[in-house]
Parts: sequence; structure tokens; C-alpha cells
Amino acid sequence: MHNITDNMTAENRMISLFKDNFDLLRGAEPQGITQLRQQAIALVEKYGFPTPTTENWRFTDLESLFYTPYHFDFSNQSRPFDIDKIFTCDVYDLDTFSVTLLNGWFVYKNAPLTTLKNGTVIGSLSKAMEVYPELVQKYLGKAALMEEQGLTALNTAFFQDGLFVYVPENVKVEKPIQIINIVNSEQPVMLHARHLILQEKGSELTLVHCDHSLTHNISFTNSVTEGFVAKDAKLDFYKIQNKGHNAAVVNSGFFQQKAHSELVCHALTLNGGFTKNIFNAELQEPNCRATLNGLYLVDSNQHVDNQLQVDHAAPHCESEQLYKGILDDEATAVFSGKIMVRRDAQKTMAYQNNKNILLTDEAKANAQPQLEIYADDVKCSHGATVGQLDPNAMFYLRSRGLSERSARQLLMYAFANEVVQRIAIEPLRDRIDHLVEKRLKGELSICDQCVLHCNSKEPTVFNIDVSKL
Amino acid sequence: MLSIQNLMVSINGKTILKDFNLEVKAGEVHAIMGPNGTGKSTLASVIAGRDLYDVDAGSISYLGQDLLEMEPEVRAREGIFLGFQYPVEIPGVSMANFLRTAINEKRKYHGLEPLSGAEFLKLMEDRKKLVDIHSKLTNRSVNEGFSGGEKKKNEIFQMAMLEPRLAILDETDSGLDIDALKVVANGVNKLRSPENATIVITHYQRLLDYIVPDFVHVLFDGRIVKSGGKELALELEEKGYEWVRKEAGIQEVH
Repeated sequence: MHNITDNMTAENRMISLFKDNFDLLRGAEPQGITQLRQQAIALVEKYGFPTPTTENWRFTDLESLFYTPYHFDFSNQSRPFDIDKIFTCDVYDLDTFSVTLLNGWFVYKNAPLTTLKNGTVIGSLSKAMEVYPELVQKYLGKAALMEEQGLTALNTAFFQDGLFVYVPENVKVEKPIQIINIVNSEQPVMLHARHLILQEKGSELTLVHCDHSLTHNISFTNSVTEGFVAKDAKLDFYKIQNKGHNAAVVNSGFFQQKAHSELVCHALTLNGGFTKNIFNAELQEPNCRATLNGLYLVDSNQHVDNQLQVDHAAPHCESEQLYKGILDDEATAVFSGKIMVRRDAQKTMAYQNNKNILLTDEAKANAQPQLEIYADDVKCSHGATVGQLDPNAMFYLRSRGLSERSARQLLMYAFANEVVQRIAIEPLRDRIDHLVEKRLKGELSICDQCVLHCNSKEPTVFNIDVSKL
Repeated sequence: MLSIQNLMVSINGKTILKDFNLEVKAGEVHAIMGPNGTGKSTLASVIAGRDLYDVDAGSISYLGQDLLEMEPEVRAREGIFLGFQYPVEIPGVSMANFLRTAINEKRKYHGLEPLSGAEFLKLMEDRKKLVDIHSKLTNRSVNEGFSGGEKKKNEIFQMAMLEPRLAILDETDSGLDIDALKVVANGVNKLRSPENATIVITHYQRLLDYIVPDFVHVLFDGRIVKSGGKELALELEEKGYEWVRKEAGIQEVH
């Protein structure tokens, strides 16, 4: 364990920490990865972390997150480990291949890498670097935009483990793969998990990524996922966040798509003190499709920031962004969605929509749609709304005998449902539907999935208070 | 059942209803007619409890209670139903979920057990037939993408489900073709009973060929200027509203 407590800038503290722990960080990894780390820390030194003057960070203040003297766990002492003892996922009908990360480290019962009958490899990235060094070196860092994202560079310098998935050509992985990312620490921790998804031609994969915290202690998770979706391949990616008020998450996903591939990316933020999701889809070849769906339900002084970019680099591609949020109390939300259509990307169809409902005068939503179009034969649109529940609909429902509370819940639920309905896996859709309903009734706790740690404490219930509308 | 006395209503400081009086007894059908902009829809909204309007004077008593003191949902649970002139589209809220919540909240208010899923479905099937509604309609979101005729039929369907004591139908005939009009009228007639009452607000006499009123009132300038039997509607159809205006001594407003 290492502490940083002095008065240097956040960047310099991290650089110094990097230098002091360089041997631990690189371990026995391939040389190419070590070089990548060094490039990354050089970028941290050159560009620093985002500030309120950085584009797409105007409304999200990162600085205060670095005040905390975090602990770092550069050597993994917890493996092997029986995760079932502290956590069970309660999506009962969801038959998944489930893996767990505890404080950023891959947790396994039998082996760190599993090869399924169809050739799919699932397991620890740290182990994959050892077993498949060429493959990992070929892709790792190639989709991540380190120059633009200081925290992605930071992750690249500090990552040690995470999920590795490889799907061979034409293999359709039937069971969704679920990553459960658990933070459980008595001390404030900062984590840099790194995930690598490699899909060969014509393959299909569903990945469900759940973020949970098991304690109410302070944590800062800075995770990066890179996904390479080859020709005709399909990736269905879910990010589900149900974290405590003291949990900060910066979650970045970078996807590269080849011809006729499809990406569906869902970000569902049910709780979280500070959440920033960054998703980038790069449509490199013709006839790709990217759908980015998001739902955020925040209250108290929670802050959620969704930053999207779809980069249309090839013709005949389609993209759609739909992000919706309900904000209570003094919660704040930011949406910045960019559609980039490059010169050669003719016949692009790109749509973006962000809708917010504010339940109080104090809640704030900022929407920043950005369209950058260099091709002339394209169809693009964007829209953003910030408003209250429709008073005409409220009266209509009440005039039929529904209480004000029921009417509000029904309308909020309907508002959120447009996003939930886009979840393709039925048991997961039903489960999310149920969680959203509970959340809107004020009955959802971060302890919902926890079987051990909250027994001694009063469960914290996060409450969107409908009576205040 | 309903007694409105000296009612004065305004919106944003502009008076819409002035010195409005109306008595409705159980078993009666009242038609309120009049040109556009005379306060017909305002009257309907105020009875249902819309808070856009200010009641500046007067009283409304319903089944012996002060109606103006009740929240809209309480009025509904006590048996008041407003058939909207412009039914609201509510994407994402299914008809079934909406109506089941409405019925069960009403039942709870009256100390009754909620309807089970099976009981509710049976009731829906039964009432659908009454208004000749297609089964698909009830699986969709409330009014979303419904045609004008479907929306009005849906209002009557909701009325059939909620079994009100006092139904106010605000321009339910507007925008309907003759077949839809017959379906709507037929639904209303089937639900008539000696215990309940209906107020039909309409611009045209046409609907009253099918829903025969006991009383016809002409609304002008925020008050009833003439009342009569069903034959008054025919007279209005024939001669227009101008003679009523002149008879009442009301200035033409442009």
C-alpha cells in the first residue's frame, strides 16, 4: 500500500508514484506494454488532467477528486478468492458467464484464463499479457484516445489487471459475459482497471459490466475498456452503475468498428456520487451501426456526466444516441454528445437525443450537442430537452383517479422506459425495469445485491422524492 | 347531484365564466351548447379540477360536498369523469397499466379490495365490446398514435371502465365521422341509468340526434342565456346562435 499526501499537483504526485512503483507496475509484462505505459505517463506530464477549461469537462470538476490521499494496491494479494462469499448478483434468470474484479484485480476460483469449447477466451488481462503477448500488444492502447483524455493516459500508465475477452471468427457467444466490478476497502482507494475485448469477424458477444461498491467508503475508479469489433461482428455492451455517494467513477469505453459491424452500448446509472462516462465509437469502415443508449437517475448532490463521440470515418454508417435522465434534489447532469462526420463518410445517418426531467429548481442539466460535419450527403439531427413532467399528462391521469404520486411515478417510469425497452436481453431488461421502478419509488439501495457487508449497518436508501415536484 | 351557483372563473385575470348557474339531477342528460370561446370547455375543466383556472366567486356542490375543495383525483374517485376534448398522448404508459391503477386507487378510496389481474382483464373485455373498441388499442400507450376517432372512443371506453356518477363529455363529437359518432353515442346511451347524469358539451346539434338530452342550455359570454328542452337544439341548428345573442342583449365581440 502506498499513500500520497504531499502538496504536489495531482499530475506530479501520480508521476512520482509511477516512478516509485515502476517495477511493480510493469511486472513481467511484454516490452511493448511497458513502452505504452511510458508513453502514457509522458502524456500525463505533457497535457495534465482535464480542468474546467478543458472541452467536455466544463461542468465536471475533477480536481477535488484528487485531494483525497488514496491508497494503491500495486500487488495483488487477494487471489484466489471465493467471491460468492461477499456478493451475489440478483439477476436470477440471467444465465451469464460471470467474472469478478475486486478493487481492480481479477478474482478467480480455478484459473485466471478460461477457454470455452467454442474457442472464446475469458479471463484476467494480466494473465493474457503473459499467455498471448503478441495479441495484447497488437491491440492494447490502439483504440483509446490518450492524447485527448488525460485520465485514459493515466489508466494506461497505471493499469495492472482487468478483463480480457477474445472471441474467434464466427463464434456467437450465447451466454452474456458479466463483469462485476466491486470496490471493497476500508481505506480510500484509487483503481485503474483495464478491459480488452477482441472480436474476430462475424462473432457476437454480449458483455454486462456492473459497478458496485460494497462499502460507503471513498473510492475513485478510473477504468478503460477497449473494444475491437471486426467485420460483421456484433457487440452488445452494458454498463450498469449502482454505487454509493462516496464513489467516484470515470469510465471510458473506446470502440473501433469494421465493415457491417454493430455496436449497442448502454449506460445505466442508477446511483453514484460522481460518475463520468466517456464512450467513443469509431466507425472505420462502411455499413457500421452504433447505438448509444443511456439512462441516469440521480438525486441528492450526485453528479453524472455522459460524454459521447461517434466518429463516422466511412460511408453508409448509421449511429444513434439516446440519453435520458431524471434529476432530483441538487443533482447535476451533463451530456455532451459529438457526432463527427468525416469527408468521406457520405450517406451517413446520425441521430442524437438527450432528454432531462428536473424534479426540483435546484437540479441542473447541461446539454452540449456538437455536430461536426465535413461530408455533404448526410442525414444528421440532434435534440436536447430539459423540462418538467408534462402538466397536461399529469392532469389527465389525476382526472381518472390516480393520486399525484402515482401519476408522477407512472410518467417518470414511462420516461425511463424508452431507454429500458432497448435492452435486448429479456431477463436483464426485466431486472433493470424492476430496478428503475424501485429507484423511482425510492426503494433502491446500493446494498441490494450485497449479502454480507451491510448487515451491520442501516442500508442507505437513495430516494427520488416524488412528493416534491 | 350537481349544483353550480353564481360561479365566476378567470384565467390570467381574464374572466371566462360569470354568474354561471346549473342544476343537474340524477338520471338527467344536459346539453350545453354555444359558439366557440364562450366558456364551455372552461366549465368542464373547472368541474374536473384543472388548476389553470381561478374560481373567483360562487360554489359547486356535488352530492352534497364542496367540489372546489377536492383534488382532481378525489373528484374522479367520487364519480366525476371528464371526456377530454383533446385527450393527452402519454407515451410509455400502457392503457392497461393506467386503467388498472386508476380503478384500484378508486376501489381503495372506497374501502374495496383491488381487482385481481383476471378480474381486471374480464372487465376490460366486457367494456371493450360496449364501445366497439379493438383489442389492440388497450395494449398500446395511452392515446399514443391514436387517430382522432380512436382517441374519442378511448375516452368513452375509460368512462365505461370507471363507471362515473357524473360524466362531462367535452366536444366528444368534434372530428368524428358518422360511424364513430354512433359508436360514441351508443356507448354513452348504454351507460345511462337513473343513478347517473351526463353533461354533453357540444357545438353542433348532430350528436344530440343520438344522445337525446333532457335539457339544452345555451352558453354565451360566460353564462347560460337560454335553456329549454331537446327542441331548442333543433332550433339552434336551424337558426344558428345569432338570435340567442340578440335576444340576450349581448354585444357582438370581434
